[in-house]
Amino acid sequence: MAEAITFHFDVDGENFTSAGNASVQVKRKLRHLGFPADVIKRVAIAMYEGEINMVIHADGGSADVIVSPEEVKIVLADRGPGIPDVALAMKEGYSTASDSIRSLGFGAGMGLPNMKRYTDSMEIDTKLGVGTTITMTVKVA
Amino acid sequence: MKISEVKDLLDAEVLCCEDDLDTELCSACGCDMMSDVLAYVKNQAVLLTGLVNPQVIKTAEMMDMRCIVFVRSKRPNHDMIRLAEETGLVLLASDYTLFKACGILYLNGLRGETN
Repeated sequence: MAEAITFHFDVDGENFTSAGNASVQVKRKLRHLGFPADVIKRVAIAMYEGEINMVIHADGGSADVIVSPEEVKIVLADRGPGIPDVALAMKEGYSTASDSIRSLGFGAGMGLPNMKRYTDSMEIDTKLGVGTTITMTVKVA
Repeated sequence: MKISEVKDLLDAEVLCCEDDLDTELCSACGCDMMSDVLAYVKNQAVLLTGLVNPQVIKTAEMMDMRCIVFVRSKRPNHDMIRLAEETGLVLLASDYTLFKACGILYLNGLRGETN
């Protein structure tokens, strides 16, 4: 793979059952491309957490994954309500998820911190009432 | 410990991927909160849970797990089983509670590992 490859996915915000499908596909594509197992796992977990967040909080959005031999970049964009306090949202255990989401096994306030933990860089661009774009990078080397 | 031993110890039913029962498991975790599995669990090969929805299968796949044990007589639906088959995840179902199932596996040498 000499040049970067981009994979695009639409994330359906209406369907919790299908949440994570894009991450599953990316994991399989990276495996097919021969990326190291630890890189694949970090990308998959970070993207999956982000995808779940998009479904829970923002009625879905889009996911673009740019794959090159040096790094994997994940761009998650939604048109949700935005994040009022990013520093607070980054605190482990802080969550605005409803009880119904918790009953599905999510909403423990670990999503954003976990995305940061598994990636080499993470940027959050958010505007109230407009949406949020999260860009994460996992280096291959 | 092999998946077949987990099956016997927990008196469990095999729901899919029966050909993979010889797979060796190095460690285990018991949890109903997938957020915590994604955040705290490290190199776990088997997940024991009473939660039943497709995200359990996807979480296990993301974590490179090999087996899921559904406890408390919970049973996944056909779509979940098909998803697990695509992934190559062995699904087991046991009537034991999460506490008892984890205790039995721990007593028989399986341990947990967290970040």
